[in-house]
Amino acid sequence: MLLNQFLFLGAVLFCIGVYGVITRRNAVMVLMSIELILNAVNINLIAFALRNGSVDGHVFALYVIAIAAAEVGVGLAMVLLVYRNRRSIALDELAEMKG
Amino acid sequence: MIASDVLVAQNIGFGMIAAVMIVAALRVVTSRNVVHAALWLVLVLAGIAAQYILLAAEFVAVTQVLVYIGAVMVLFLFGTMLTRARIGGEANLDNRNWLISIPVAVILLAAMLYALGDGFGDEKLPQETTPVSVQQVSDSIFGPHVFPFWALSFVLTAALTGAIVLARKD
Repeated sequence: MLLNQFLFLGAVLFCIGVYGVITRRNAVMVLMSIELILNAVNINLIAFALRNGSVDGHVFALYVIAIAAAEVGVGLAMVLLVYRNRRSIALDELAEMKG
Repeated sequence: MIASDVLVAQNIGFGMIAAVMIVAALRVVTSRNVVHAALWLVLVLAGIAAQYILLAAEFVAVTQVLVYIGAVMVLFLFGTMLTRARIGGEANLDNRNWLISIPVAVILLAAMLYALGDGFGDEKLPQETTPVSVQQVSDSIFGPHVFPFWALSFVLTAALTGAIVLARKD
């Protein structure tokens, strides 16, 4: 197995995630795209852990997974709050902070 | 690269799983239905767990299945359920940013593929690998990386409390 095949897969998933973050209007879909990005990064971490024969990449990937779980929890709570106040989770309607 | 290099079982497995993952990821960001997108995301996450096993990372693969496919997907489905009354297609899930987002994604992808291909070329991963055991991972977490582990536990506690405070009704 080449190292690059895993890195390329991670890059493709990362860019699909970036596309989703920019394009999606629904806040839940944006959170899903962020999960894609985080997972793409994790593939890179694990691939480099195998390449370097070290466990540090595994530890870092586990920390990323834990942070992602916390991020989804808080993110969905915020989405629920926005939905309760405005009856909509379309991100482009949240423009009060624009001057 | 000669044919015997390409056709080992791991490479075939990698190719099949990677193709499924990329198609599923594209469906996640293009699907018109939030629940369908969540279910396609399950496919991507399962494929990533399979890639972890190919990369000899068993514990991370199991954690991926437990945390992502188990917990995070349930959170997503709950979020979908609580923020939309009807479960069905929705016409305006996308905004009109695709004029920006497609060039951004394509240029980013081209830059990353060029840099990776230039930097790592045909470098091979080690062939005979023993899977990383849970003992090695835990020795590393509770040895040199114990301070980030503490910080992480604070982050998780704060996130849990914050989510409850944000989402309660009063």
